[in-house]
Amino acid sequence: MIREEIESREDEKMIDAAQMNNPEPEECFNVNYLRIYYGGNLFPYSDIHKWLSYGHDGKHPGCDEYYFGRREFSFTLENDVYLRYKSFKNASSMEDAIKSNFPYKIDIGAVYSVDPDKRHAYSQTGTNVFTPVERELVFDIDITDYDDVRYCCSGADVCSKCWPLITVAIKVIHTSLTEDFGFKHILWVFSGRRGVHCWVCDPKARRMTNEQRSAVAEYFRVYKGNENNARKVALMGYSLHPFLARSYVDYLKGFFEGELQATQSIFSTKDKYEKILAMISDEDIQSELRGKWENSARSSLSEEAISLVRWEQLKNTLQSKKHKAPTLRMCVEEIVFTFTYPRIDLEVSKQMNHLLKAPFCVHPKTGRVCVPIDPNNCDEFDPLAVPTLSQLIEEINSGGSRMDVDDDEDSDTSLLAKSIKFFRSSFLEPLLKSCKEEIESSYKTKIGKSKDSFSW
Amino acid sequence: MEVIRSQKRTPSNDTVSNPKIPLYLTAPQMEVRLEEFELFAVDRLRVLKGVSDGLARGRNPKEMDDLVDTLWKEHMRDPDASVMFNKDIISHFVLRLVYCRSDELKKWFLSMETALFRHRFRLQNFEAQRAIVGEFGLPYKAVTGAELEGLKERLGQVVRSLGQISPTVEAVYYKVPFEEVPDLVASRRVLIQKGYAFVAGSQLVSLVVTQFRSHISKALILTNRKWTTTIQEREKDRLTPIVEALSTSYLGPDYSQSTEYAEISLKDIDQVAKSSFPLCMRHLFEKVREDHHLKHGGRMQLGLFLKGVGLKLDDALAFWRAEFTKKVGSERFDKEYAYSIRHNYGKEGKRTDYTPYACQKIILSAPGAGDHHGCPYRHFSEDNLRAALGRMGLSSRGMEGVMDQVRNKHYQLACTMTFEAVYGTSCDAGINHPNQYFEESQKILKSKTPPAPV
Repeated sequence: MIREEIESREDEKMIDAAQMNNPEPEECFNVNYLRIYYGGNLFPYSDIHKWLSYGHDGKHPGCDEYYFGRREFSFTLENDVYLRYKSFKNASSMEDAIKSNFPYKIDIGAVYSVDPDKRHAYSQTGTNVFTPVERELVFDIDITDYDDVRYCCSGADVCSKCWPLITVAIKVIHTSLTEDFGFKHILWVFSGRRGVHCWVCDPKARRMTNEQRSAVAEYFRVYKGNENNARKVALMGYSLHPFLARSYVDYLKGFFEGELQATQSIFSTKDKYEKILAMISDEDIQSELRGKWENSARSSLSEEAISLVRWEQLKNTLQSKKHKAPTLRMCVEEIVFTFTYPRIDLEVSKQMNHLLKAPFCVHPKTGRVCVPIDPNNCDEFDPLAVPTLSQLIEEINSGGSRMDVDDDEDSDTSLLAKSIKFFRSSFLEPLLKSCKEEIESSYKTKIGKSKDSFSW
Repeated sequence: MEVIRSQKRTPSNDTVSNPKIPLYLTAPQMEVRLEEFELFAVDRLRVLKGVSDGLARGRNPKEMDDLVDTLWKEHMRDPDASVMFNKDIISHFVLRLVYCRSDELKKWFLSMETALFRHRFRLQNFEAQRAIVGEFGLPYKAVTGAELEGLKERLGQVVRSLGQISPTVEAVYYKVPFEEVPDLVASRRVLIQKGYAFVAGSQLVSLVVTQFRSHISKALILTNRKWTTTIQEREKDRLTPIVEALSTSYLGPDYSQSTEYAEISLKDIDQVAKSSFPLCMRHLFEKVREDHHLKHGGRMQLGLFLKGVGLKLDDALAFWRAEFTKKVGSERFDKEYAYSIRHNYGKEGKRTDYTPYACQKIILSAPGAGDHHGCPYRHFSEDNLRAALGRMGLSSRGMEGVMDQVRNKHYQLACTMTFEAVYGTSCDAGINHPNQYFEESQKILKSKTPPAPV
C-alpha cells in the first residue's frame, strides 16, 4: 500500500473511532467496518484457502492443482443481492473478489466436477456433467429450534441461561461423531448470533452421498415435534440405543437435573408444569401430580428448589407406575430428551449442494465474528463475549495490535488472534498433515513406486 | 445377449448351481428368440406393476413378501428351472433397455426392481442369503471371539431398544463400514463404533439391497448411453418399436370378461349410469339418450365399455335399437348398426372379442365435430368440464383440485380426484380404465347399502 492510501485509511478509521465510544447495537455492524475487516487482512484469507485446498497446494506431484477452483462460494451483498456459483483459481483471486465486493455474507458450497463459474461451458450429458463431488458433512444447530423449551428468551435472542442448550448439543454430537463414526477432523463454528455450525472434514465425510448424509442426520434425530402432538419424543423399546444411553448418562441427565433446572425452573408455574404433564400418556398419573402441585403453590422455597422437588415427585411416581403401559416405560428419559437433546436442522445436512456460512464471517445483525469453538472446552464459550466488528476496529484504532494477524508472536493478544491460533493448531494443522499423507499414499499407489524422499 | 428369429433354442451355459436370485451383474451370453424378447419382458412387467400396486397400497413387509411370491409364481414360473432362470435374467435386461430412457422411467424401474429383489431375498433361507452376499464380493468380516465379547452388552442394548425384551445377541455379526447400511444407521438399528456398523445376520437384507440398488442405478446410466448412441438406431426396425411400446403398455385387467359385480340389465342402466359411470361414459350415455344417435367413435367407446360392464349382447342390441330407431328407423338400424354391435361382441367377421378401451387410448383419441367420445378432462373446454363436474355433484372446492390436475395435463389424476370426491373415499391406485372406475364405484355403493331394517 502506498503512503497516501494508508493515510486516508487512518483518517477514515479515526472518524469512526470518534463516533463509537459507546456503540449502539445497530452500530456493531456497518459497511465501513466491513471494508476494514476484509480490506485489512483481519479475515484470515490464507488459512481459509489452505483449509479448503485440503493439501492440494501444488507442491506434490500427486496434487490436483484445480481442486480449489472447483469449490463453490456464494456472496450476499448489501441490499440482499445474492451471487451464487462463484469460484476462484487460487487464494489471491478469492481475496481480490472479497475485497472488491465486501460481501455481507460468504457461504461455502460443494466441490464440483468442474469450476462452478464455468459450468455452462460443459454439456449436461455424457461424462462432463456439473455435479457435486465432495462436500464436508455439516450440521446446523439453532437456538430458535428450542423455543418451546426455553423460557428466558425467544426468537433471535440468546442469553447465558439458554446458551447451555447449545453447549450440551455440541458435546453430544461431537462425542458421537468421534466415537461412533470415527471422524477426526471436526470444526465447530459460532454462527454469529444464536447457534453453531459443525464441519466434518475427513476425506470419508467429504465423499459421502446424500443418502449417507441423510442417514447420519436421521441417526441424530430424536425430536419429532410440531404443534399437533404433546409427546414429541417417543422412545420405544425396552432400553435406549447405546448412543442415546451414553448421551443420557454422560451429558443430558446431569444437565437437566442441574443447570437446566437452575436456569429455566421448568416446574415452577402452572403453565410450565402442564406442558410436562402433557408428555405423560396416563391421565391418572397426570391428575395425581397435578393435585400435589396445585396445592403446594404457597411454598416459601425458591423457584429452582420447587422445580427440583417436583421433578423428584414425578420420577418417583413414574418409577412405581411405569409398568402400566409401554408408553410410560421411558417417560422420564423422554422428558429429559425433550428439553435437552440436540435439535439439528436436518435439511442442512442431507444434501451436498447445501451452502453454509464461512467461518470468520461477520454476522450482519450482531456484528460478531463467526469464530471457532473448542468442543473440548465448550463450557467456556460465551456467545456474548465474542468480538464484534466495532470492537475489532476500536482495537486497531487504539494501536493495540497490528492489522496483519499472520504474525506468530505469542505477544499478539489481539481479540481475533486467539481464535485464529486455535483454528490453526487444533484443526488446520492436523487436517493438512493427514491430507498430505493421503495424497502421498494414493500417489504412490497410483504409480506403484517404492518410497522415495519427496521434500515438501 | 443375441436376439434371433430361429425356432430352435441354443442351450444356455448357465448351470443350475447358480444362486436362486441372479444379481444381473453382467449381460447374459445367450441367444434369445424375438418373441421371447417381448413376452418375457411383459411377464416381468406384470410382476413389477404388481409390486408397484402393493407398495402404493401400503402393504407391510410380510404382505409384500407374500405378494411377490404369488406374482413370481404366477408370471415367471416354468417347469424347467433353467428356463425359469434364463427368463428371469433376459426379462430384466430387456426391461433395462425400456426403462433407461428417461429419469422418470429409471426411477420407477430402480424402485420396483429393488423392492422385488428385497422381498425375493427375504424369502430365501439363511444359507442362500449368505451365498448371495458372497456373490456381491462384499468384504464384510464376521465378528467373533474377543471382539464380539467386548461388544455383547451394547449389542444387547440395541436388541432391547428395538422392542425385544431379552437382550439375546445373535451368533453372527458382520462388521461393515457404516456407509454401506444407511437405512440401518438412520433408524438406529445397529451399534456403530469408530465408523463401523455391527450388522446382525438377520439384518443382511439391508446390506445387499443397498449394493443391488447402487449397481442397478449405475448400470441404467450405462445402458442409456449405449441405447442413445448405438442400439436405438441400429434396432429401429426390430427391437426399438417393441422397447418403446413396452413402457406405455396398459397391463391391467382388460375387462373383456365381465365379473360378478358387473352384470347390469337394461332396466337398471339409467340408474347405474348416473351412479357409477365415469364422466366420459356418462357424457356419451346422456348424448345417446338425448340425440338418439352417436357417431362411430362414440359407439365404439361406449359400446365396448358397456360390454365390459356386463351388458349382454341381446340387451346391448335392444338398448341401441331403442335409441337409434327414434332417429333412423328400424330397417336402417338392422342394416347399418346391428352388425357392428355384434362385431364388437365377437360374433361377426374375424370374431375378435374386442376389449374395452383403457384411459390411455381414450385420452389419445381425437374427437372431431359432432363427436362425443374421448376424455372430457382433456377434450372439453374448461367451462363445459366445470358444468359437467357440477352435474356429477362436485363442490366448487373439489372442482378446483380437479381443474388443477387438468391444467397440468394429468387427466387420469383428474378423473381419480373426481372419483374420490364423488364417493368420499381415496383411490390410491389411480384410475386408468373406465371399467375400473365402474367396478370400484359399484364396490363402494354395494358396501354402503344399509341392511334391511329389523
